[in-house]
Amino acid sequence: MSILIDKNTKVITQGITGATGSFHAKGALEYGTQMVGGVTPGKGGQTIDFDLENGAKVTLPIFNTVKEAAAATGATASVIYVAPPFAADSIMEAVDAELDLVICITEGIPVLDMVKVKRYMEGKKTRLIGPNCPGVITPEEIKIGIMPGYIHKKGHVGVVSRSGTLTYEAVHQLTTRGIGQSSAVGIGGDPVKGSEFIDILHLFNEDPDTYAVIMIGEIGGTAEEEAAEWVKANMKKPVVGFIGGATAPPGKRMGHAGAIISGGKGTAAEKIAKLEECGIRVAPTPSDMGSTLVSVLEERGLLEKCKS
Amino acid sequence: MNIHEYQGKAVLRQYGVSVPNGKVAFTVDEAVQAAKELGTPVTVVKAQIHAGGRGKAGGVKVAKGLDDVKKYAEEILGKVLVTHQTGPEGKEVKRLLIEEGCDIKKEYYIGLVVDRGTGRVVLMGSEEGGTEIEEVAAHSPEKIIKEVIDPAVGLTTFQARRLAYAINIPNELVNKAIKFMLSLYAAFVDKDCSIAEINPLVVTGSGDIMALDAKLNFDSNALFRHKDIVELRDLDEEDEKEIQASKYDLSYIALDGNIGCMVNGAGLAMATMDIIKYYGGEPANFLDVGGGATKEKVTEAFKIILSDKNVKGIFVNIFGGIMKCDIIAEGVVAAARELGLDKPLVVRLEGTNVNLGKDILNGSGLNIVAADSMSDGAQKIVSLVQ
Repeated sequence: MSILIDKNTKVITQGITGATGSFHAKGALEYGTQMVGGVTPGKGGQTIDFDLENGAKVTLPIFNTVKEAAAATGATASVIYVAPPFAADSIMEAVDAELDLVICITEGIPVLDMVKVKRYMEGKKTRLIGPNCPGVITPEEIKIGIMPGYIHKKGHVGVVSRSGTLTYEAVHQLTTRGIGQSSAVGIGGDPVKGSEFIDILHLFNEDPDTYAVIMIGEIGGTAEEEAAEWVKANMKKPVVGFIGGATAPPGKRMGHAGAIISGGKGTAAEKIAKLEECGIRVAPTPSDMGSTLVSVLEERGLLEKCKS
Repeated sequence: MNIHEYQGKAVLRQYGVSVPNGKVAFTVDEAVQAAKELGTPVTVVKAQIHAGGRGKAGGVKVAKGLDDVKKYAEEILGKVLVTHQTGPEGKEVKRLLIEEGCDIKKEYYIGLVVDRGTGRVVLMGSEEGGTEIEEVAAHSPEKIIKEVIDPAVGLTTFQARRLAYAINIPNELVNKAIKFMLSLYAAFVDKDCSIAEINPLVVTGSGDIMALDAKLNFDSNALFRHKDIVELRDLDEEDEKEIQASKYDLSYIALDGNIGCMVNGAGLAMATMDIIKYYGGEPANFLDVGGGATKEKVTEAFKIILSDKNVKGIFVNIFGGIMKCDIIAEGVVAAARELGLDKPLVVRLEGTNVNLGKDILNGSGLNIVAADSMSDGAQKIVSLVQ
């Protein structure tokens, strides 16, 4: 089991003929993901070829619209690599086509575009992950996004994070300790986004194959604090945390549009205190995410079950 | 992106937001000329820097006559203002806003922000204008009134009216206040602001409602569709190294420490600063080279890090995913050679092609200290710069 995606999920790529879209579509195919087609307006009816490292050749159909692509391929998920000025429209197109899941990798979407997208999605069935995120992976089954697949290992720890590279760091620390992951989800570094920590924690809580979770937050906003309260009230599984940005000065945007301390709110110290208060053990440094989880698993008698 | 007060007021004027008449001046002569043209008995001489707290720092003076304007302009132009937002080094004043004086009866606060919690634009108002809204939020949060705006219809008249009554705008001025708020919202969404703060909003003796100050901040992700706003950028207000970095699509923030950092990914870059501090060091910068770093980009990143004279050593921390470690290693070696690097360099590589990368570093003949993990690297660089 896993969350959001598994080996049966069929995926289309929006922006498949762009350099980024085709590069990562190939990466997903190499990993074994069922990539079934793509969308590039104006190139409908054409195809795109991929030469995989194992010698296989894959040819995917291209469509003008998401609706056509979904109808023709049976895809239920989409991944978006469309350029920032057009990405919000691409998300809404996928929502309108009633896909179950849309993962938007694009970084740099204007925040007011995302405000409109969120409003548009109200009452619709689609779940959005991102934007400005690495994507989602269920190890050894399916990879949708830009993460390096080989560092992952199938297992029972869920990972959810606002940062891409810190997710890789955490996953790597787990894998090298023999601890696999059920799914790893990057929710993205933007202030207005499709899914928050709570949404993903909820899914991990319901997933029988996830035994523990690592939650990686950063400065800015109050999503970590809200997630901590939710964990305290609802979570049946141990959660370990890390918060990046303890040394970040207020008022400076630390790369991610969402990573900024404004009006004295959203500091790492506040977040860490709240997490600890809610029973989430926080790794003192980013190098200790794996070892902190291991110590919690040991205390709960879960370590052997999590070794895979 | 931030702009100056006088620029913000010009943007707001385009949308019918009422602001006092005023002119920008770069010299004392221009200041006097501007005051002459305004022709009001009282003029205000306001320092234009991208930081709040100017009044307390002596950057805002009320002049009664042209002699006063001259005196204050001479005093403020070229002065280094130190406010709670400039940092201890302060900001040199290079521009003045010469503005008509205003008969203030009462001050309020009006602001628009993008709220993460609701994913919507929120209008905020308070009867306690003039002071920092954070202070009001801390001591009497009930005095901040909020209206969450539905993007499908925008700010509605009833919401603006409800807020105007809630902050006790005088009854006869409520309609003017509504028009003010609706215009402000129009400017906010049309220009892709992330913050629009009017503090204070004033009610004048003659029964007008005006923005006495205006702080606009624009979403840098949306600047591609606002060429007019991009033109308002004042490079004097930005760190030279940050400007240089932005040319190469590097995300760089200057800090006060002595350990230069080069990292891929914003989250890992922040965490790298944290771990340096954890082991007793001080980071000199935040630098994210991004996912698609090339040899040229790495070289440029090194140049920018080394142009900071406080830097005593460099820590490179790369988790190669899409980005391959051998490419990074080649970039690091080339940059160190080209720049004749004579400072300690600790490199931690992990991820795709890590062994190839390590071989390149080891075979370079350069004095590069390899680290096995983030904490190992951080401890090594901290001890090397001591």
